[in-house]
Amino acid sequence: MAALLETQGLRAFYGATQVLHGIDLAVEDGGITALLGANGAGKTTLLRALSSMVRREGTIRFGGKAYNPREAEDAARLGIAHVPDGRGTFLDLTVEQNLRLGAYVRRDRDAVASDLGRAFGYFPRLKERREQQAGTLSGGEQQMLAISRALMLRPRLLLLDEPSFGLAPLVVRDIFDILRAINRDEGVSMLMVEQNASLALALADHAYLIETGRVVIGGAASALRADESVRRVYLGY
Amino acid sequence: MIALVHQILSGIAMGSIYACVALAIVMIYQATHLVNFAQGEMATFSTYIAWKLVDSGMPYWAAFFLTVAISFLLGMAIERFIIRQFDGAPVLTVVIVFIGLLVIINSAAGWCFSYTIKSFDSPFPATLSLGRGYISPHELGSIGVTFAVLGLVYAFFRFTPLGLAMRAAAQNPVSARLVGIRVNQMLAIGWGLAAAIGAVAGMMAAPIVYLDPNMMGGILLYGFAAALLGGIDNPWGAALGGFIVGVLENIAGAYLVGEEIKLSVALAIIIGVLVAKPSGLFGRAIVTRV
Repeated sequence: MAALLETQGLRAFYGATQVLHGIDLAVEDGGITALLGANGAGKTTLLRALSSMVRREGTIRFGGKAYNPREAEDAARLGIAHVPDGRGTFLDLTVEQNLRLGAYVRRDRDAVASDLGRAFGYFPRLKERREQQAGTLSGGEQQMLAISRALMLRPRLLLLDEPSFGLAPLVVRDIFDILRAINRDEGVSMLMVEQNASLALALADHAYLIETGRVVIGGAASALRADESVRRVYLGY
Repeated sequence: MIALVHQILSGIAMGSIYACVALAIVMIYQATHLVNFAQGEMATFSTYIAWKLVDSGMPYWAAFFLTVAISFLLGMAIERFIIRQFDGAPVLTVVIVFIGLLVIINSAAGWCFSYTIKSFDSPFPATLSLGRGYISPHELGSIGVTFAVLGLVYAFFRFTPLGLAMRAAAQNPVSARLVGIRVNQMLAIGWGLAAAIGAVAGMMAAPIVYLDPNMMGGILLYGFAAALLGGIDNPWGAALGGFIVGVLENIAGAYLVGEEIKLSVALAIIIGVLVAKPSGLFGRAIVTRV
């Protein structure tokens, strides 16, 4: 498979502080790639660098072209949807308004209407709560809303920042099952940051382990699962 | 009794002007969490533009709508070229910028159009067959214009994609950027709308208070009181606050404190609201976990 997204020597900064020190990674077209690592390793920053939320250096290729959006607003226009940490819900707006905002840059109104139906197909719970204020949803429902909102863009690449964060294990399992279905049925490639390494390695086909802003190991998810140090430190057995 | 009804009705009419000012203040507050002290002077300047247009022979309503459009562009320009320079600056810096804008626009109005008081005609007929003695045609007209403004603003934010995007940008700018909303443009449009609504308030106020560079000073104070009373994060509460303040002010002026010091009613309302219920009647109390 060809790479949809490729970074070379990606560096990222918060003000004067450098957080990423030259990351090379690739996301296969149609695949799911996981980013593993401890708190503060730079996983979230890597996603933010890809959607131009932080200052960034290095080269990125996306869909075979140089990818260099100036503002975060432009990443969505190029087909990258970002589900941020904390879910980024528009709390005072209704569920449906949140979803419609996900399709803000699209101009094909009829297709947007049918995509709304598809999002409700994956997450029937959101359909029941269509007119409800998003702030009144549970954590799991807000995560479903965040994923659906990102899908409304019809992205080529979905960036997911800790979709399991703060959720009950059963809810997490549901969400991961649906992510797998979305990847299979819609052909959306995913780059996922996840604390829960065993969960991430079960879903992903490729994975990278990041420590203090550098890639330590990268490769097939099965290879990382078998790796002695990954197993001991991140899988805990 | 007739006198009381008259006081209440003309309070509602004056209140409709405060409602527009309050709405303009809330518009900018929601996006930036700052109160634009120059809102009144911007409205005065807009009213001068309308005066100039009418004076040079343009029919009133053509001048009215042209003024609203020009004010919208001027409001956007102020955001784009002045306020945006202070993006991320400390709150106090921005407050000083607002005060600076107030002084600059006030002086610019005096310099361009002179400080002499001008009369500004009402577009509404001088007499009215209906309800004579209770309410003047201009008062009735101001109420009507205000309701039209409120209706249009409501429809804009409720039913248009751009209105929805502006609400999203005000609520959660980071998320708004991630779905592709150009948050800076939304801010500029918010300033434009505030300036346009303020222009309407100015044009409705000028036939009552006469046009001079300090025309909106007192009105802005009532507008603040209205916005605080209704809840500064709730546009509809703020508009309703405008009507309440208008009626209170008129009744207090006629029966309690007298015309001369009725501006202190606004200050009393501001202090009263801040002491008793800082979030206002319809605002949301913000609770922060520390």
